[in-house]
Amino acid sequence: MTDNKFTGTSSYIATDDLTMAVNAAVTLERPILVKGEPGTGKTQLAIEVAAALGKPLHEWHIKSTTKAQQGLYEYDAVARLRDSQLGDDRVHDIANYIVRGKIWEAFESDEQPVLLIDEIDKADIEFPNDLLRELDRMEFYVYETKKLITAKHRPIIVITSNNEKELPDAFLRRCFFHYIKFPDKDTMTEIVDVHFPNLKKDLLAEALNAFYKVRDVRGLKKKPSTSELLDWIKLLLAEDIPPEALRAEGSRSAIPPLYGALLKNEQDVHLFEQLVFLDRRTNPQ
Amino acid sequence: MLLPFFYMLREGGMKTSITELLTLLEAMQKGLAGQSVDDFYFLARTTLVKDESELDRFDRIFGAYFKGVEDSLADLFQEIPEEWLRQQAELNLTEEERAQIEAMGGFEELMRALQERLEEQEDRHEGGSKWIGTAGTSPFGAYGYNPEGVRIGQHGSRNRSAVKVWDKREYRNLDDSLELGTRNIKVALRRLRKFAREGAADQLDLDDTIDKTARNAGLLDIRMVPERHNAIKVLLCLDIGGSMDDHVRVCEEMFSAARSEFKHLEYFYFHNFIYESLWKDNRRRHSEKTPTLDIAHKYGSDYKLIFVGDATMSPYEIVYAGGSVEHWNEEPGAVWIKRLLNTYGKAVWLNPEPRERWEYTPSTKLIRDLMGDRMYPLTIAGLDDAIRELH
Repeated sequence: MTDNKFTGTSSYIATDDLTMAVNAAVTLERPILVKGEPGTGKTQLAIEVAAALGKPLHEWHIKSTTKAQQGLYEYDAVARLRDSQLGDDRVHDIANYIVRGKIWEAFESDEQPVLLIDEIDKADIEFPNDLLRELDRMEFYVYETKKLITAKHRPIIVITSNNEKELPDAFLRRCFFHYIKFPDKDTMTEIVDVHFPNLKKDLLAEALNAFYKVRDVRGLKKKPSTSELLDWIKLLLAEDIPPEALRAEGSRSAIPPLYGALLKNEQDVHLFEQLVFLDRRTNPQ
Repeated sequence: MLLPFFYMLREGGMKTSITELLTLLEAMQKGLAGQSVDDFYFLARTTLVKDESELDRFDRIFGAYFKGVEDSLADLFQEIPEEWLRQQAELNLTEEERAQIEAMGGFEELMRALQERLEEQEDRHEGGSKWIGTAGTSPFGAYGYNPEGVRIGQHGSRNRSAVKVWDKREYRNLDDSLELGTRNIKVALRRLRKFAREGAADQLDLDDTIDKTARNAGLLDIRMVPERHNAIKVLLCLDIGGSMDDHVRVCEEMFSAARSEFKHLEYFYFHNFIYESLWKDNRRRHSEKTPTLDIAHKYGSDYKLIFVGDATMSPYEIVYAGGSVEHWNEEPGAVWIKRLLNTYGKAVWLNPEPRERWEYTPSTKLIRDLMGDRMYPLTIAGLDDAIRELH
């Protein structure tokens, strides 16, 4: 049993099931795949795990053009060509032109690192398949120098996905899985508490009420999530808005102040305003 | 250890494998599960579940197993899709029959009663006039004669003429004839995307040229690629409901595969056959329809048209006005599909039914004729042929 256990940090509230998933992954040294609505702290998790366990963090952000090979290493043939024409001595050793990728860096780390593979679903459909052996055995082969690179310490790998593409079964079988649910009101209160410890209780209660009400509006393209709520509260505090101003919308017919922080999509803002307008017409006060 | 639970998960339809079970055992050996059931539950969930869509199913199986109520597994499959309860009330009923249903309190009443009886009833039942079973006069069950009967668990034959096909085993082991998994389909569909880069190699590939030249120790090695026409547009029409229920899963896999595979993809649903309107959201199929003509006008003729449907229906549904089982159609379906085919030169019909069975269904033959023989089975080979046809 490892001595370090992840239990959340002073700035990150982890629910029991999330804690269990992370600890299982840490103990068995297997990757953990994290899914969930955007803005529920998937990427943040890796950062917090690294901070909580005091381990170095390596981040690999995936784009649609990212290849699995780039995480391992790249052979910079162009630099070598240039050097050969300049008569540089370095040109004789091909190892000088091997550029290390994020996975290699993590494998070489002197203490056990945390490796974040962010938004794996953005990449090509074959991408996860190309990393099976690397994630399983934690080693890979460099063909140019004929060297086998093996991880000094098996890194704690956190993989996030937004579900844009389905991941292959073979890949899934090698991972622990956790789906971050949208936090309920209690958890949300805790989350807001760690971010704004001095927030007045009544303001928080009113803000949360307004927030969940906005989330319940049907047909929103992008529902506001935790990160939007935190931004909004930051704004409310900055503007020093009294709790009463929020309570006024208890009648459902007022727009919460500074709602631009909650709704990020033009159509959503429009829809929301229309609903409020309709509501005012049908329930005149 | 935990083997019964493992097999229960698999019976319950989860694709848990031995690898995951071993991982779970390893984790327990390391003391991760702790002392409480909660901890074990979290650990088992993070190890055995690989997709959020399976969470609910896992929870129910877990609950059933650890309460020791193993028999209740069957209940997991007894949910009646809300869709069925609400819609299609008009389906297939004559005026007379409708009056009879009204006499019994209407269709909704009928479905509510069904749900109640499913809950009440525990054993398999045959005959009689109240319980759900076979060969009775109760409105629920198979092979019965109550005109507004709801068919339950009746396999084969009878050409699916009951108001509802309510097979408890909706997810009977995925037929062996359907070898297509999501990824298989994706791979096949990629071929459709690939031909975007076919043709003459007439563009300088700078990256590849530099790379090859460098590897060639500085001797220039020019590389060319075909021009990229990134214009593969697909209009996908999926049959949903009725006789397609057996194939709904395959279709949905196909659908999810297709959605992530193309940039330009529009999809619509239809029921049995194409008429004057299609819809995008199956839950709101009655309120949000898109006229077929609008579709043909909106999406240009460079779209490739793909129908997915089992083409199994009464021939009336194709060739007669008013033949639709869902509504009154002014013009026969055949006219509508011809209109679409006139707009879209490249079109195929993918049929999940095995090719051997096509000959026995007149409607399949009819549709094949309408499609100009461009009907292909929903298998890898069939998809290959279909995609070649779409070129």
